[in-house]
Amino acid sequence: MNTLIFRTVAPYLSALMMLFSVFVLLRGHNEPGGGFIGGLIAVSAFAIYGIACGVSAVRRAMKFHPMSIAASGLLLAVVSVLPSLFLGQPAMTSQWLALPFLGTVIDLSTPLFFDIGVYLVVVGAISSIALSLEERAD
Amino acid sequence: MAATKTTVDITAAMVTEAVPLADWLLVAPVLLTMAGGAISIIFRKKSATQPWIAITTIALVILSNIGLLNHVLTNGVVTMVMGSWLPPFGIAFTADPLGALLALTASVATMCVAVFAMNSIAENERRYGFYPFLLMLLCGVTGSFLTGDIFNLYVWFEVLLISSFGMQILGNEKVQIDGAVKYAVLNLIATTLFLAATGLLYGLVGTLNMADIAGKLKAFDNSGPMLGLATLYFLAFAMKAAAFPVNFWLPASYHTPRLVVAAIFAGLLTKVGVYALLRVMLLLMPEGRDWLASLIGIVAIATMLTGSLGALAQTDIRRLMAYLVIAGIGAMMAGIAVGNEVAVSGAIFYSMHSVLIMTALYLLVAFMFQMSGTFSLREIGGLYIRTPLGAGIGLILLLAVAGLPPFSGFWAKLLLVAGALEAGRGWVAAGILVSGLFTTIAVGRLWIFAFWRGGNEHTVDGIQALPIAGSSDAADISWSIWLPLIVLTALIFVIGILPETMMSITENGAKTLIDPTAYIGSVFGGIR
Repeated sequence: MNTLIFRTVAPYLSALMMLFSVFVLLRGHNEPGGGFIGGLIAVSAFAIYGIACGVSAVRRAMKFHPMSIAASGLLLAVVSVLPSLFLGQPAMTSQWLALPFLGTVIDLSTPLFFDIGVYLVVVGAISSIALSLEERAD
Repeated sequence: MAATKTTVDITAAMVTEAVPLADWLLVAPVLLTMAGGAISIIFRKKSATQPWIAITTIALVILSNIGLLNHVLTNGVVTMVMGSWLPPFGIAFTADPLGALLALTASVATMCVAVFAMNSIAENERRYGFYPFLLMLLCGVTGSFLTGDIFNLYVWFEVLLISSFGMQILGNEKVQIDGAVKYAVLNLIATTLFLAATGLLYGLVGTLNMADIAGKLKAFDNSGPMLGLATLYFLAFAMKAAAFPVNFWLPASYHTPRLVVAAIFAGLLTKVGVYALLRVMLLLMPEGRDWLASLIGIVAIATMLTGSLGALAQTDIRRLMAYLVIAGIGAMMAGIAVGNEVAVSGAIFYSMHSVLIMTALYLLVAFMFQMSGTFSLREIGGLYIRTPLGAGIGLILLLAVAGLPPFSGFWAKLLLVAGALEAGRGWVAAGILVSGLFTTIAVGRLWIFAFWRGGNEHTVDGIQALPIAGSSDAADISWSIWLPLIVLTALIFVIGILPETMMSITENGAKTLIDPTAYIGSVFGGIR
């Protein structure tokens, strides 16, 4: 896919998709969306970037190895289960924290962190597969 | 546009009273293995620290499982619902003596494999993720043993299957890919059947919680669909457990992976299938079991006989062990076929024993290979002189798998035979005994050839042949190989000498399975 138009557009397109993936992740608690689908959108962004600019560019852009991203997501998901341990509640009971921020209120919760964990697992695992498949094609 | 907010009172649907800390032991094994797996993936390049991450994690899991078993034995069946949502809506984790005992045994076996693998898994294969896969496999296995939700059971099956696929092809050899394809295809078919059956079951009773299903199916008038479902579940789990005639995948795939991997597969994976059969056939669908009892009995006898005869016919030690796994599966299924308390207790005892013995035997094969440089019964020999301790361990393990006293396998078979005679199923009892005889001949032949005979098959009696090139001396065998073998042998020996504690646990487990009142009561508390 070595066309000038695609190569020029791809970085902007993947940046937009990344932004959208975060939006989908965050709205997921009350509306359609969530970590899994958000993660898939993010991986598509990486894939488009990779098709246009090559695998090594994607690896540089990701900073961390995809497997490490997936693993840290899994760890985050596990940690997000724990707070209810200290409150005498069953595992995975959601804890909410309403945080006033610049005149509005941000609802932070353990399901949010669980969802971010899922997001990272999906991003890491699927992009690891996608990148190694693309590397073989080179 | 601000959405109109409606306040719904959800306290009626949630657990409101405080949960004792000990109940967290239910989810601790799963959380620990997941966290340990994640950490060992992050440090995947540090191959020297990998084993220690895994060993620490598994040690914690063992401690937590001991605590859980103790908790279950003192307080009865324990349940925790995820997210405080009351069952049947929240996913329940429910531990009865059966699940807790198997979870503990599985973590002990995994520990032995983790230690054994320190020396026998090459550096680059560690980088391909042996230890993360091992931890996630344990995560899937303990999750299956502890979950109280049938769809969640399916999810844990997937977790352990994915990890097992990864472990099976460590080494990237063609023959491994070949074995993995056979293994994967048959397991995927079985999993699909399981999923289809679960979908149909949900359509039938509208719930996935096992306790709820058990209660609702008991009050179910139209037994036709339920019997169909029981058959479907039986087929799916029999495939996983490697019962005759859907067991051809096991001998075709278990000799290809690394031997430590085969050890953990033989110890855990088929037992998960047996566990699922025990759970579904006895707790959820006792009527279906009664209806299928004769079929299960025939399948069990055929599995035992083909397994032990297959073992008798093999000259490759690895394949011989694969057939011994199958013979053991038949014995456990015999317990399900008989279905009374004594026999089910025997089946639980046998599952526990089988986890330990099959892991130990594959580790023994790895040890024998290192000592002799061959897997062939024709080539192997002279190990007795070179490693008397190894020969002793081998003798104990081989006698134990054949079910001879005073080792753990004997008590399991005793319970099974006693239960079968009590229920008037003499054929099943005869099957167990005959297959035990064949197994004894097969393992006796293995021990005599490998340890007693001076060298390969042409060696004259009384002559000690030179060791095959490439084999190591007993002095070169590292502690990480001796330790797991000795620990497993000691466990099998101690359980064989002092079976009362274990028998009371398995009896307790059998009671809870056959009379689901305690199980249902634990999940629904005082609500129903």
